Amino acid sequence: MSTVVGEMDHQDHHHHAPSGITRWLFTTNHKDIGSMYLWFSFIMFLVGGSMAMVIRAELFQPGLQLVDPHFFNQMTTVHGLTMVFGAVMPAFTGLANWMIPMMIGAPDMALPRMNNWSFWILPFAFAILLASLFMEGGGPAFGWTFYAPLSTTYSSDSTALFVFSVHIMGISSIMGAINVIVTIMNMRAPGMNYMKMPLFVWTWLITAFLLIAVMPVLAGAVTMVLTDKYFGTSFFDAAGGGDPVMFQHIFWFFGHPEVYIMILPSFGIISAIIPAFSRKPLFGYSSMVYATGAIAILSFLVWAHHMFTTGMPVAAEMFFMYATMLISVPTGVKVFNWVATMWRGSITFETPMLFALAFVILFTIGGFSGLMLAITPVDFQYHDTYFVVAHFHYVLVSGAIFSIMAAAYYWLPKWTGHMYDEKLGRLHFWCSLISVNVLFFPMHFAGLAGMPRRIPDYSLQFADINQIVSIGGFAFGLSQLIFLWVVIKCVKGGEKAPAKPWEGAEGLEWTVPSPAPYHTFETPPEVK
Amino acid sequence: MRTRLITSLLASIPFAASAQSSQLNLTQGVTEISNRVYDLHMTIFYICCVIGLLVFGAMFWSMIAHRKKQGVKPATFHENVKVEIAWTVIPFLILIGMAIPATSTLIAMEDTSESDVTVLVTGSQWKWHYKYFDHDVEFFSLLATQQEQINNRLDKGENYLLEVDRPLVIPTGKKVRFLITSDDVIHSWWVPDFAVKKDANPGFINEAWTKVDEPGIYRGQCAELCGKDHGFMPVVVIAKEPAEYDAWITEQEQIAKQAKAEEQRLLAMSMTEAELMQLGESVYLGNCAACHQPNGQGIPGVFPSLVGTDMVLNDLPAHIDIVVNGKNGTAMQAFGNQLSLRELAAVITYERNAWGNSTGDLVQAADVNEYKNN
Repeated sequence: MSTVVGEMDHQDHHHHAPSGITRWLFTTNHKDIGSMYLWFSFIMFLVGGSMAMVIRAELFQPGLQLVDPHFFNQMTTVHGLTMVFGAVMPAFTGLANWMIPMMIGAPDMALPRMNNWSFWILPFAFAILLASLFMEGGGPAFGWTFYAPLSTTYSSDSTALFVFSVHIMGISSIMGAINVIVTIMNMRAPGMNYMKMPLFVWTWLITAFLLIAVMPVLAGAVTMVLTDKYFGTSFFDAAGGGDPVMFQHIFWFFGHPEVYIMILPSFGIISAIIPAFSRKPLFGYSSMVYATGAIAILSFLVWAHHMFTTGMPVAAEMFFMYATMLISVPTGVKVFNWVATMWRGSITFETPMLFALAFVILFTIGGFSGLMLAITPVDFQYHDTYFVVAHFHYVLVSGAIFSIMAAAYYWLPKWTGHMYDEKLGRLHFWCSLISVNVLFFPMHFAGLAGMPRRIPDYSLQFADINQIVSIGGFAFGLSQLIFLWVVIKCVKGGEKAPAKPWEGAEGLEWTVPSPAPYHTFETPPEVK
Repeated sequence: MRTRLITSLLASIPFAASAQSSQLNLTQGVTEISNRVYDLHMTIFYICCVIGLLVFGAMFWSMIAHRKKQGVKPATFHENVKVEIAWTVIPFLILIGMAIPATSTLIAMEDTSESDVTVLVTGSQWKWHYKYFDHDVEFFSLLATQQEQINNRLDKGENYLLEVDRPLVIPTGKKVRFLITSDDVIHSWWVPDFAVKKDANPGFINEAWTKVDEPGIYRGQCAELCGKDHGFMPVVVIAKEPAEYDAWITEQEQIAKQAKAEEQRLLAMSMTEAELMQLGESVYLGNCAACHQPNGQGIPGVFPSLVGTDMVLNDLPAHIDIVVNGKNGTAMQAFGNQLSLRELAAVITYERNAWGNSTGDLVQAADVNEYKNN
């Protein structure tokens, strides 16, 4: 009884969340919006994942069994778009919404109404994109990279919907990024200077600048696709004086920073979790900040490494090879710093830490294959094969998505006020860890042996590998349902979480009670 | 029943395992360049392995030795400038070590000068076309795997999806230059054994080269997503000794010449309906069915149907024109230079009289020829 009274005391009347559907529709509360982003991204993760299941089911055996090649292409395309723009990016925005104000001691995001809008346009964007799959002629089938002229002259009419939905996603991301920047720059608690900010805040600040820089480029690319297809322009049509390769330059000028948009916040998460469970401060804080900045700057100088086979001057190939190799230096610094943080720490292995450790190892494996791909002469062999598919799934699934899982486990007690079920969390981890490797590791071999990506059927030498990969895929997909179970269980109840459930955790978010009250830091804390 | 199922499953396991020796690494290939690429690949791979062993070794060491369970008190250090400089500079030096051989290989790969033979490679949805520069020889190269194998109605052959009706033939020991372009979307011409992969961009011409030392058959695939049948446009190259190659190309020139003469002769002749329909069906299935489907229905919203449409039923001139000259801005190719007059006449006749279309129109080679010369 006394605890209830205590809570009532703590929250006066306007601290209560409004109830009913309008709470969610009209909310300007960063915690509500953060939760909505996270649930949305999880739903999209399942939607995009089920498309991956269709792909893996078709590829289980050579020959065409389940879907026709045109539908297969729609699945690869929409799987990619959904995962990138629907699962990974909104998950990070959700985490930013929840955690950045609490980490810097701010009462909310700086622009709460825009925050509401930037979330609520997203479901419409994806409703449009997913609905286009049911159109006559099917949805987008030109790969998530939508290379012209396959996406212009040779695409079906759903392209217009694809363009529109990408525009909405872009607007949402830009608004989210503006909000993050304005919040971080203006709403830090007294004493929280830049070099005292948690790395998650730092990495998100840099990510937000990347977003503002490149999302308009993507908007430009899709608009040119739209006008080429419907309004008679010839940006990418050689017959009208355009150049299809220019599309790729524009796309990858967006696309390469985009891959860092999807990984920099991960670096921030891992830099919070590893020190917490090693009970030791992060090694090389300032070098982590500088490394993140260096990666962000280099990310604008490497785009054409996605295009080595398009036929570039040798000098350009060399430049992009060297610049790409250079990225491994700051990335390496980060990995070394994490290992040095663990070194002579006092380590425990709760689920967030398990995911963080798996992140470091598997992301580094993805980094190694990335370094291999940077070497232009060998890239000619790897390019557009399953080796590339293995590479980017290692950095995005066992990288970005593992870090999101780690973050969810790490902050769930703060969000819900309950400890999650540690046993189930570990079960989820081990199932995910094993299956993700069964799923993606053999893809390296398929690619090296010569299997191109984005094919619905393959020659017989790849049959065994694909069967293993598909089994890993189904197992990984099913494992994520354990996560759903853990989260629902944790939201509904469980052991009461203290304000700071992790012994070694640092940061302002642990100074407020769990669950975090609807409004936190209305009076800014003093940071020493 | 059940035991039989289990025994047959068990019996199939060793068969499945031995049916194909699963290759797990990059091919060394058959050219000097492909060997250099392979060596680079292995060097980088080993460097990554060593770095990985060191980093992961240190990680696992702390995961085992520095556990809280062991009663370890955490250290408090969180900075060391010397260490930070070391692990910035050392990787940088390793990278320089990697960049040197990579650069020299790259320069050698991109040097297309002083070639002995030049072939123009043109990709289109979904086939390759080869044209020899110094000889009057050109032909299309289509997937030769039967549809029944793809649809699992027949057992899959050894070179399933990696076989074509007419492979490219090149001489061994000579520098062969490929000029690569496309008629529609972007394709990518890839033969792993040559370490050659180059995009075929519509409206632009890319260059690549190879010098094969060993005679043999080398297989590859299109590597850039190019639409529905991207997975079904393989590349097959046969490398022959120069003497054999010369004999082959002379023979091909002869055959091309005869075909032209035959074409002229046929202009004066008429084919019967049965002949037209029979030839038309096979041409249709080989060239048109990929998009318009074997039943002529197409795919709604993507590829138009040919059944009961106005053009097919009522507008013969437009029908011949679109087959011969294609339709700009769509996936409909110009078949005028892909098929012979006889084949064009037959396939148009077939389309106008199959699947319930019953115009009764018979199109002859001479009719088609008028549109070809337009």
